[in-house]
Amino acid sequence: MDNLTSLVAEAANQPSIPLSWYLYVALALFAIGAIGVMVRRNALTVLMSVEIMLNAVNLSFLAFARFHNDMNGHLVTFFVIAVAAAEAAVGLALVLGIFRHKKVVNVDTMSALRN
Amino acid sequence: MELEQIFFWLLAFGAVFTSILVVLPPGGKNPIFGALALILSFFFVAGIYVLLVAHLMAALQIMVYAGAIMVLFMFVIMLLNLSKRELGEESKTFVQGLGAVAMLFISVKAILIVEASADGISKRDMVLSQGFGTVESVADMLFHDYLFPFELAAVLLLVAIIGAVVLAKRTL
Repeated sequence: MDNLTSLVAEAANQPSIPLSWYLYVALALFAIGAIGVMVRRNALTVLMSVEIMLNAVNLSFLAFARFHNDMNGHLVTFFVIAVAAAEAAVGLALVLGIFRHKKVVNVDTMSALRN
Repeated sequence: MELEQIFFWLLAFGAVFTSILVVLPPGGKNPIFGALALILSFFFVAGIYVLLVAHLMAALQIMVYAGAIMVLFMFVIMLLNLSKRELGEESKTFVQGLGAVAMLFISVKAILIVEASADGISKRDMVLSQGFGTVESVADMLFHDYLFPFELAAVLLLVAIIGAVVLAKRTL
């Protein structure tokens, strides 16, 4: 058991994956989320795309934390998760309220504040 | 190829593929397919967190994101039970396409920047300190260095709860 633990620790100390690969995955996720926010018109899908973007940012924070041996990135990720939970709760309440009012969840119809 | 790399490619491909399914769902416009794909995506990303020696964050990712936030999403999607008409048209305007193309250009630019600068960090001595990413070390930082932000997060969540109740009420 001790042997296994030291083996795992050894592997964790010598990553065979460079930092840039993690950043490319984070970039891909962020781009997908941003394109989803800009292209999709369903309010629920837009909120889910925002969650993908937050996830991508978390991933890059954790990658930098691991490669700098600095735990601060983990704490930032912790707070991002807390903010994402709050954002999802308020966003979904807004969608519910707008649906009750307009009977549609399409963001194109949410233009009451324009002009 | 090493085992770590195989896992990384599996998880990375899964995360990106399922995220694409969220934005371009195969089952038509109903967001329930996107929500299910997003839950899978969170699990894949949690696997990548484990590769990054962030075990607590991986557990939190599954518990809070896949467990709490996505259940809330599924609940609202099923509560609304949207018909085709209520979902509305997916308009396709020039500005939307411009936004997507602009994002792709930004991605290419970001790849070039990472290509030019990230290798220096990768080659550094990367021996991790004792207890990196464990519950103990995260909690130690959370209740020493980040105590005030932690309390602020509590207030933020309280405000969000009250805001959600007020917004979702039938009459204000």
